[in-house]
Amino acid sequence: MTELALIRDKILNHRRIDSKEALLLLDRAELLDLAFLAHEVRKRLHPEPVVTFVVDRNINYTNGCICGCKFCAYFRPPEHPEADVITQEALCLKIQETLDLGGTQILLQGGLNPLLGLDYYLDLLRYIKSNFDIHIHGFSPPEIAFIARNCGFTLEKTLRTLMEAGLDSIPGGGAEILADDIRQQISPNKCTADTWLNVMEQAHQLGVKTTATMMFGHVESSEHIILHLMKIRDLQDRTHGFTAFIPWTFQPGNTKIPVAAATPVHYLRVLAVSRLVLDNVPNIQASWVTQGEKIAQLSLAFGANDLGSTMIEENVVAAAGVDFRLSLADMVRMITGAGYRAVQRDCYYNSLAEHPKTETEDG
Amino acid sequence: MRTSKMKDRFSKIRDKVLSQERLEFEDGLFLFESHDIAGIGQLADIVRKRLNGNRAYYVYNQHINYTNVCISHCRFCAYAKNPGDSGAYAWTVPEIRQRILSRIEEPITELHIVGGLNPDLPFEYYTELLEAARQIRPGATLKAFTAVELDFIARNAGLSVEEVIGRLKNSGLSMLPGGGAEVLSNRIHGSLFPRKINGKRWLEIMEMAHGAGLMTNATLLYGHIETHAERLSHLMALRDLQDRTSGFCAFIPLAFHPAHTGLAHLPATTAFDDLKTIAISRLMLDNFPHIKAYWVMIGEKLAQLALSFGADDLDGTIIEERISHEAGATSPKGLSRDHLKYLITSAGYAPVERDAFYRPVSEIPPGSPFSKEGNYASSQWQ
Repeated sequence: MTELALIRDKILNHRRIDSKEALLLLDRAELLDLAFLAHEVRKRLHPEPVVTFVVDRNINYTNGCICGCKFCAYFRPPEHPEADVITQEALCLKIQETLDLGGTQILLQGGLNPLLGLDYYLDLLRYIKSNFDIHIHGFSPPEIAFIARNCGFTLEKTLRTLMEAGLDSIPGGGAEILADDIRQQISPNKCTADTWLNVMEQAHQLGVKTTATMMFGHVESSEHIILHLMKIRDLQDRTHGFTAFIPWTFQPGNTKIPVAAATPVHYLRVLAVSRLVLDNVPNIQASWVTQGEKIAQLSLAFGANDLGSTMIEENVVAAAGVDFRLSLADMVRMITGAGYRAVQRDCYYNSLAEHPKTETEDG
Repeated sequence: MRTSKMKDRFSKIRDKVLSQERLEFEDGLFLFESHDIAGIGQLADIVRKRLNGNRAYYVYNQHINYTNVCISHCRFCAYAKNPGDSGAYAWTVPEIRQRILSRIEEPITELHIVGGLNPDLPFEYYTELLEAARQIRPGATLKAFTAVELDFIARNAGLSVEEVIGRLKNSGLSMLPGGGAEVLSNRIHGSLFPRKINGKRWLEIMEMAHGAGLMTNATLLYGHIETHAERLSHLMALRDLQDRTSGFCAFIPLAFHPAHTGLAHLPATTAFDDLKTIAISRLMLDNFPHIKAYWVMIGEKLAQLALSFGADDLDGTIIEERISHEAGATSPKGLSRDHLKYLITSAGYAPVERDAFYRPVSEIPPGSPFSKEGNYASSQWQ
């Protein structure tokens, strides 16, 4: 038996693969063999023919950021004339619009802006919670580490304080690649891999659910991708706090990393291997924002069972020149066209409503 | 129960593919109804590897859409204009000459020349156009005029199609593109393009061309009002003709783009449908050497993936494609050779630059017009 056939057997017999095996799959397996295996694992975890999504909106409270990550086309230095902080009026309008469109949550994220103190974040959360009935999925680990450092609290105390003010769950952004040699090259001013994992571990211990992401397709190697997946898997074994894993590709437009954009074949390979390695993370989310509608639909055959958000608003990827839009009808058509039922969910992956297939006829 | 029956059916089709037994209409229908996109892709890949190994072809070509004036008024078209409409054009032969000359430094091996059914163009226009192209680009294959155009040119000139093919061949025509087939179905013909030739006539003209020694391609316009059964009937009709003539080179499924057409209320095709159509075409058309994933229609991302779903060709480095872009195709208007090669190699395939007949350009002897060290001006190679 070849090495690949042995790994295949292992997966089909519900056994865990190690990093060496994962690397072999990523580098050497046939694309459609990866699809087959990832789909087997997906069916085991999600036997119902359902694909979920959430209706929400990204709200970026500030674009002022001291990080200066080389892959980012969105940030402005805090003192830059184009750097700003969202006004209360704009915030209210965005949240009301989200609720009016059937949205259930906001993804609240921003830059590491030293002009904002702890009180800003607490006021922001309290203001939203006292005026709207909406789930706040907010502040990725680099933001939380930054807030903690600036106010002198421990990570745990910072998390508790934010939770008391209304933070419901934490997005998995800012993970990039969880290897410090890569972070040194692409985001030297952002928190280390250990800090990212530490924020997540503390959050999980406090009962907060989070997601995890990975941004690949820049300067990392296959080994780095596998290392990243293993770190997520190890933490998840201890905490079970991750609801979903979301790999996405670096978008080189308007950034300082001169590489060709990762191809869809590479994206789907990484997606499938993520499903195979992360046997303890319930959901794998496709990234239509970076991949577009067509590749996102294909993701459903490569291990993904969730299509993320309809994203009423998205700014960060759009700043890199990639601006895909998706209506609820398109989302539903994409899911039903792949043979699944389209189910709107909340942040914890509870079903909220099934959206029936719509037939279009020639008129 | 249902699932195990479906698995049974799928493995029977798989057995047929492995033993090189021909698939039937019902096999194709079953595959179209299935959502097992990766499984269908793997079947198509068996046939693809058998016929084309690990190769993925592309061509360095130039598109010339000589007129957008067209009396056909097909409901799926966003390109055509009436004579005298604003934006209507018909390039003169000197203008076309200029367009070819403007890219004369590039190693173009194929000119893809198609246009509308323009009643104001006399027969000599077509022969002069070909002769000018042949004179400026003697090394390139002139792939020109769909069956629909040939039928129109013949009627307009009061000649038979055989006569027209013969005369155009004398002027340099060496291959026919596969357009204008749309869906070879009387129902679709009546509903979407009643003023254009029907499927029977399209096939007749292709057969005449093959009989006259011209290779041709074939297309299918899918993703509008046609059923899966109609797609399959189309494929079966092409397969039957190919059994008789062996004149088809490549099959090109074309995804319908509804924007700005008479069918703008329809949604665009999904990725599942695009890849299924490519894979099932590869499986049904066992006698077609090549299946093309035309990146202009499905985007370069899906075209790259299509290489694992039965396609072995990405078409060309087209710069001046107009027809699909009028209908809202969002793909770039041209791809560079390096980018095409990158798409191919990063998908794990071996890029082969080809000419119109799928002959590898790298095998053209040194010193000939399109080899790397060649001198484009002193052209000998045909």
